[in-house]
Amino acid sequence: MTISRNARLLLASLLGVGLAFIYVPLSVVIINSFNASKTFSWPPSQFTTMWWSKAIENTGVREALKWSVLAGLSATAIALILGTCLAFAVSRYQFFGREVISLLVVLPISLPGVVTGIALNNAFTKQLGMSTGLLTVVIGHATFCIVIVYNNAIARLRRMGTSLQEASMDLGANGITTFRLITLPNLASALFAGGLLAFGLSFDEIVVTTFTAGPGIQTLPIWIYNNLFRPNQAPIVNVVAATLVVLSIVPIYLSQRLSQDTTTGGRF
Amino acid sequence: MSGTVIVSIKGLTRSFGDVRAVAGVDLDIYEGEFITLLGPSGSGKTTVLRMIAGFEKPDSGSIELAGKDVSQLPPYERDVNTVFQDYALFPHMNVISNIEYGLKVKGVAKHECNARAVEALKQVRLEGYGERKPSQLSGGQRQRVALARALVNRPSVLLLDEPLGALDLKLREQMQIELKELQRAVGITFIFVTHDQEEALTMSDRIAVFNNGRIEQLGSPREIYANPVSAFVSEFVGQTNRISIESVRINIRPEAITVSKSQTSGNRSLQGTLRDVIFVGATTRYLVDTSCGTVISVVPVGELKIGDAVTVSWEKEKEFLVH
Repeated sequence: MTISRNARLLLASLLGVGLAFIYVPLSVVIINSFNASKTFSWPPSQFTTMWWSKAIENTGVREALKWSVLAGLSATAIALILGTCLAFAVSRYQFFGREVISLLVVLPISLPGVVTGIALNNAFTKQLGMSTGLLTVVIGHATFCIVIVYNNAIARLRRMGTSLQEASMDLGANGITTFRLITLPNLASALFAGGLLAFGLSFDEIVVTTFTAGPGIQTLPIWIYNNLFRPNQAPIVNVVAATLVVLSIVPIYLSQRLSQDTTTGGRF
Repeated sequence: MSGTVIVSIKGLTRSFGDVRAVAGVDLDIYEGEFITLLGPSGSGKTTVLRMIAGFEKPDSGSIELAGKDVSQLPPYERDVNTVFQDYALFPHMNVISNIEYGLKVKGVAKHECNARAVEALKQVRLEGYGERKPSQLSGGQRQRVALARALVNRPSVLLLDEPLGALDLKLREQMQIELKELQRAVGITFIFVTHDQEEALTMSDRIAVFNNGRIEQLGSPREIYANPVSAFVSEFVGQTNRISIESVRINIRPEAITVSKSQTSGNRSLQGTLRDVIFVGATTRYLVDTSCGTVISVVPVGELKIGDAVTVSWEKEKEFLVH
């Protein structure tokens, strides 16, 4: 398609404005984490890494980071196992209610987090009599992490078709060997990409976490929320926010790269 | 045709939902022969092949391989290998690992795996391609790797599911000859599925013509072409004229019909006008409008121009009656 010079300029500037809206505020957060002024006077007068060392020394931040990583890894692990099993069931077998199950699995991602959160909180504390803690956070996060893994796995399984498995069995491999040597290696990059995305989602989730974490557990986003309006903590909040930005972008960038690589060759 | 029966199929049926894909097939296949299952799509030929391979279980009937009923065994316990329509090469493995796969999972020693894989690669004339990934090969090369991957296991029967369908015409014709030569060289029974009648005639020792889930005719290419048992076979295999004459429907091959301005050769003739002359390379088709419809002939006598009043004639014995 060819477009006129003026139209191209207009499109380019609109794109620039759009991207600026998203990324300028984020950049300010990151730059301010190195801003020596406690009141964040702009432009920054002096560069400092003081807030970063303070943040690293801050026990609240370290605790929060620990909980975030722990919850993210556990939720991702659960999602990988259950999401893969579900994808296999739905893509490889015919059974009653298959389409309904497929829809039910994907649905949680579109439910408002506040609804999922309240529902889970209700179920855990009232019906099951559990106390909220890491386990409840992990289950809460797993509800939407599964969707990501499931979608990635099922797309890959559909594209793979069944002939690779048939070829493997035809050549003398039983079901387990076929899964180990053929299916899993061809699924691995999709699962890895799904896992990274799931971890990224879990890492910056706040709504469901609010309702499922007990008073003892603060993930990084919750720590930010709780410390946002304490002027003393503002510089450290900036550092934590900057960390969250970077840690959320990296998995998404990687998973996108992976998905691109594997659409053609299926190599990882 | 005689010899040892290697595959014996009896009363085979298979339905998918309401569709009877295979509706009672009996077939004995002999050791070392090249047999083609020929038919239009949906005629059941591929389902029969997939039941021999073990990817589908029959509803009823039996499949004996070397005297043993294998119809309930999984694919990995049958001494047959398949060349798939889409090749199904493992994308994450290079060519040599693809070929070694079958030997490896059966526990053949590593150095023997490699030696046999290299030899198989040579057999399909792809020496030096071992390190490549399937995605770096052309369609024809992938086809050869798929062949090598199956043949390296020295199965007693090789199943080929429309393996030439994805290749262009030139390459397909070349592979037809190569496949036939390869089959003679290795002496393994080939069961070849195709919907392409020309391919079937070129390559096969015997052809089983499938229609509506049954075998309509079984015989050598020559028998099938010269003596089709039904209208379906005569129309599906080779070109044929369908003519209603003296209130009887007959089928007659174009090469059995002479077209001429005056002469008749044969005891059946029709008057008509030469409508068109179509050059198709090795032969030229003469389309003649007659009172019984358009008749195609490929045997002209004398100089003929479009618009000429001509006579088409043939021997009554060369007709197939259509019931």
